[in-house]
Amino acid sequence: MLTTITPVEKPLNAPRSASAPARSEEVLVDVRHVSKKFCRDLKRSLWYGMKDVLSEMNPWQKKSAARSAESLPDESDLRAGEFWAVHDVSFQLRRGECLGLIGHNGAGKTTLLKILNGLIKPDSGSVTMRGRIGALIALGAGFNPILSGRENIYINAAILGISKKEIDEQIDSIIDFAEIREFIDAPVQSYSSGMQVRLGFAVATAMKPDVLILDEVLAVGDAAFRAKCFKRIGSIAKDCAIIFVSHDQSQMARICTQAMLMASGRRLYYGTTAEAIDQYNAAQAAKSGTAYTLHTHEAIQSFELLESSPPKTVQAGSPLTLKMKIKSQKHLPVGIAFINFVDLAATTVGQADFSSHLEAIPEGESEISLTIDRVDLAQGIYSLNLAIFAGNKVETLVHGVSCAQVNVAGAPYMWCAYKMPLGAVNVQNAQS
Amino acid sequence: MATSCPSPAELTERTYSPEPLLGHPGKLLKALVDDLLAGRELAWRLFVRDLSAQYRQTCFGYLWAFLPPLVASLTFIFLNSQGIVEIDTGAVPYAAFAMMGTLLWQGFVDAVTSPVQTLSAAKPMLAKINFPREAILLAGFYMVLFNFAIRMVLLVGVMLWWHVPVSGGLAFFPVALAGLLLCGSAIGLALAPIGTLYGDVSKSIPIFAQFLMLLTPVVYPARTDGLAGWLATWNPISPLIVTARETLSGQDLTLLLPFAIVTIASGLITLAGLIAFRLAMPHLIARMGG
Repeated sequence: MLTTITPVEKPLNAPRSASAPARSEEVLVDVRHVSKKFCRDLKRSLWYGMKDVLSEMNPWQKKSAARSAESLPDESDLRAGEFWAVHDVSFQLRRGECLGLIGHNGAGKTTLLKILNGLIKPDSGSVTMRGRIGALIALGAGFNPILSGRENIYINAAILGISKKEIDEQIDSIIDFAEIREFIDAPVQSYSSGMQVRLGFAVATAMKPDVLILDEVLAVGDAAFRAKCFKRIGSIAKDCAIIFVSHDQSQMARICTQAMLMASGRRLYYGTTAEAIDQYNAAQAAKSGTAYTLHTHEAIQSFELLESSPPKTVQAGSPLTLKMKIKSQKHLPVGIAFINFVDLAATTVGQADFSSHLEAIPEGESEISLTIDRVDLAQGIYSLNLAIFAGNKVETLVHGVSCAQVNVAGAPYMWCAYKMPLGAVNVQNAQS
Repeated sequence: MATSCPSPAELTERTYSPEPLLGHPGKLLKALVDDLLAGRELAWRLFVRDLSAQYRQTCFGYLWAFLPPLVASLTFIFLNSQGIVEIDTGAVPYAAFAMMGTLLWQGFVDAVTSPVQTLSAAKPMLAKINFPREAILLAGFYMVLFNFAIRMVLLVGVMLWWHVPVSGGLAFFPVALAGLLLCGSAIGLALAPIGTLYGDVSKSIPIFAQFLMLLTPVVYPARTDGLAGWLATWNPISPLIVTARETLSGQDLTLLLPFAIVTIASGLITLAGLIAFRLAMPHLIARMGG
């Protein structure tokens, strides 16, 4: 069902193969040393906004105030309370290429997309966009809940700059794609949120963009619809330049031909997708322990997961032993005990259930050692959540969230969290 | 989806840089005109959307468009009929006079409020999508016109009921009305950039509007002496209201020159306001978040 695009791993600015059409050589997105400052304090931010507006309107504004594309701004350009939301970011994108942006929340990805989309002006540097820009950022923006789906298709399309003619030609395929034919004349407020997103996606992809901006849009909807969306994006991909933001690393590794790792608005790495993902994961691992929270029963005096920092590195498919130390004032019967492996997208991908091995937490100090035979997880960083509940299965005895991190190494990207052990594979063809 | 792409020569190119746009006034004006043209269809769609949505969820529907000026004029009709305030309006019955004044005034206030109001309502869209934003202003202006047209029905009823004399001057009414709404839009546009940043503006407009209404010959005829006389001459809205009402009630147009001056000034301010709006928008969106 999915149209797969093989990730092309190539050194930057490497010449494309000679057989590629000349059209693919054209640079559609040219970002040069772009910086943008923001202010966290609302009152101040509004005041700066006011000043910016006034200085923009001052025809006698000194030309030097606007920096040339090449000179790099520094801390002295910041006003009190400001920070660089994006700082000195450059890249080029040609037709057929896809750039993945990776980074934490607040790394500047969305701000960069807003600059590319022409919503906000960079404070220095320049952005040149060629051709028609499609942005899948706010799906269903401008939907009016009281109006019907059909009415909203035309409104949404007009907002996105798709002409009535284009929509008239495609209205049936839009309705079919969104799978809402029987509801199309009902008010949008009667739609489920999934239906609204489907309709929004169908309208937004009705145009044929030269540059497509995708910001986390595919995190919504059910799996079947996501697969459909990826097929659609895959079919557009070869004819346009894509800028893709997602926390789904496997999707990114599959679609993107290059990636940029961002942190605090700066470009940490720009190159192959695999390397960018690795560096991001490594940076995540280095930050281990920051989100560690522990809740214990009042009778528990201390709990410790030994050797939890630095993150344990384990080869995929090999065993992992975890040791914990616990001190209790009294004998506490245990109902449920398990350790969950949670990936970076906060999905629980594995569980080691030792409820039947731990009847109770004995009085005094004890050490629990636990071995998992095979860690068959994809390469990446997993944080461990440990939970021990009392005999009644309700009362918390020990509950540690992100109490340790495990770095699974070695396995190539699998587009999944867990790899099934494979038996025989047999391919039969009717013609042979 | 798979269609042939346009050749490179057809691709439009857009550059975003911190360079002030005022440095290239030609480009700026062209972009403004292009976006206004490109935004017409969108503006119409947004207007129809807002219109259908506005009254689909009310019981009394379009009655809400009549009520504010109706209540305001009833107040003054009551005060006048009871002799609490004595206002002599000559040939035109006071009730009709006050109604005409408040209906026109409401149109003016709507035009002032519209830009800030429509921009605030469109914030989520503005912060995420790049589209000809002038369309939002235009859609708001269509709504002002529409609401005024609804009130015109009331106005015609009032004029027939009280036998307001009509003359050939009525033909000049559309011009007078255009001047009035243009002036409102000019003020509204001038307030829009600040009003998008600070909520103070939208909060203060109704309060000032109330006060300004009493400083303008809306429910009383223009005076010639005293402070009221000075205001009738120098309050820029006076000639607009007075002229519009004079065209309606078949009177001589007494303030034609000031009317012309204010209207031309409003036109220029509106144009400047549109340019300012364009320049300010990226900075305003940067502060919207979202």
